[in-house]
Amino acid sequence: MLTKKVGKQTLQFPNTPVVKSWASAVGPKEGEGPLGQYFDLILDNNLDKGDKSWEATEQKLMQHSLEIALEKVKLQPQDVDYFFAGDLLNQIITANFTARFFGIPFFGLYGACSTLSEGMVLASILLDGGYAQRVGVSASSHHDTAERQLRFPTEMGTQRPMTGQWTVTGGGSYILENQGQGIVITGATVGKIVDKGSSNNNDMGTAMAPAAFDTLKTHLEDLGKQITDYDLIITGDLGSLGLNVLKELLARDGYPTDNVSDCGVLIYSPEQDTHCGGSGCGCSAVVMNYILQGMLEKKYRKIFFIGTGALLSPTSNFQGETIPCIGHGVALEYNG
Amino acid sequence: MPDKLLEEDIRDRLQKRVVLLANYQSLDQEAKNNLQKELQADHQKVLLEETQSPDENEKEKWRQLRLEIEAQNQEMMSEEKVVYQKLVKPLLPKQTVVKNTIIAFVVGGLICVIGQAITNTVISLGLGTKEAGTVTSAILVFSGALLTGLGIYDEIGRFAGAGSIVPITGFANSIVSSALEFKREGYVYGVGAHLFTIAGPVLVYGTVISVFIGVIYYLLR
Repeated sequence: MLTKKVGKQTLQFPNTPVVKSWASAVGPKEGEGPLGQYFDLILDNNLDKGDKSWEATEQKLMQHSLEIALEKVKLQPQDVDYFFAGDLLNQIITANFTARFFGIPFFGLYGACSTLSEGMVLASILLDGGYAQRVGVSASSHHDTAERQLRFPTEMGTQRPMTGQWTVTGGGSYILENQGQGIVITGATVGKIVDKGSSNNNDMGTAMAPAAFDTLKTHLEDLGKQITDYDLIITGDLGSLGLNVLKELLARDGYPTDNVSDCGVLIYSPEQDTHCGGSGCGCSAVVMNYILQGMLEKKYRKIFFIGTGALLSPTSNFQGETIPCIGHGVALEYNG
Repeated sequence: MPDKLLEEDIRDRLQKRVVLLANYQSLDQEAKNNLQKELQADHQKVLLEETQSPDENEKEKWRQLRLEIEAQNQEMMSEEKVVYQKLVKPLLPKQTVVKNTIIAFVVGGLICVIGQAITNTVISLGLGTKEAGTVTSAILVFSGALLTGLGIYDEIGRFAGAGSIVPITGFANSIVSSALEFKREGYVYGVGAHLFTIAGPVLVYGTVISVFIGVIYYLLR
């Protein structure tokens, strides 16, 4: 008999894993943004001093964020039982090289922008099930590595459409433990692929909004909860257009939307000319640093974080396929 | 721990590791593991100090220390590689270089003989030498492309290696195979963008080198 699964897609964690520590490392543009003071390490340049490639810098962002998260609570890599990580690059190279450095048993994830929440769900399952005492979760992205892989060469003089989002240069890491006080993970809703036929690789928000909506609705139904039971519903990262689409979808089903926000909207200020805001695995990975800090400051007590991934492949996109999207939800609560 | 003490501590360990890394091959597994753990531990300590440094000089000092630790980590990884390569080298299958070279020579030569036969034939039909060369290239390129489309050229290539890559038929093969491969991604971003994936470098450096040779020819003449 299933004792920890509720409804269709929702898991409950009676042993409430706790988010013990977190850290972030970002590029200069993110550092100049409104959340700059919440990031631990801010690079002067998208290409760090001494690096030969953007890929090398991205790898450092992820690695350094986990190192800082460990050092903040005086832990060593060998104190961590498993490591979940992912990024946007082919063969998730950033995660693989980072895992090589740490030598922690490793699961590589590909979930595009949903990587962090996917990792948190899986980590919570291991922790709640008694398979681990401590798990690390990391995600990263880099504007220049992602652009050149998914769209155009970075120096090419193209005009970005108004629906576009700016891939965040940043890496964020979280250390989850099996017990303790603080910010705990009470439940999670595992997303399904939702594809409403969007195929524009410069409009991820529209593509992803239905996936976020599906996960949120399922979560509330599975647990018999109201949307207002949460102080904050935070998606990562629909951008401003996607967030509006999500709010529209919610309003049509009669949900209030005052407490719904998005990591991609929060990370940049409108003056930074990113059009619809931030995107990429690194976006929610670094913005959640700020959200969790807000929980410690008692701005929010209960939140539901939905990492939304547009699982875009340039190959299938050119072959005329649409963009499959997913949203994984994690319910967090501050019990301090 | 005060910064000063921490810095001395880390520099101290950095010095000790120089000796350990110099004798890496003779260390036992436990010592190697400890070395790696120590590198990781020091690296993250220094990194946190760096991010929390209030002023630029302080930050730069910790950064330099971090880079030294990273260099030691690199050194350890290359030592590991040496150890492992020693282990696997005797197990690697032998490349059949002599056999491959002979086959490549024979098949490549055969393609050239066919080309020469075509040239002689068209000359005997009344064309000039220069025009005959053009006709021969056209026929060979067409044949290479056709055999690629029929799925025969890759079989020849598997057998002949460089023998069927180097002649002009190989050039045709590289372009047509790319076109076939990427047709599914459409004519613009697929075929258009990838047609010269393999042949592109040949064209670019062929052109560059012919410019150099042209200059040398001009100077020597």
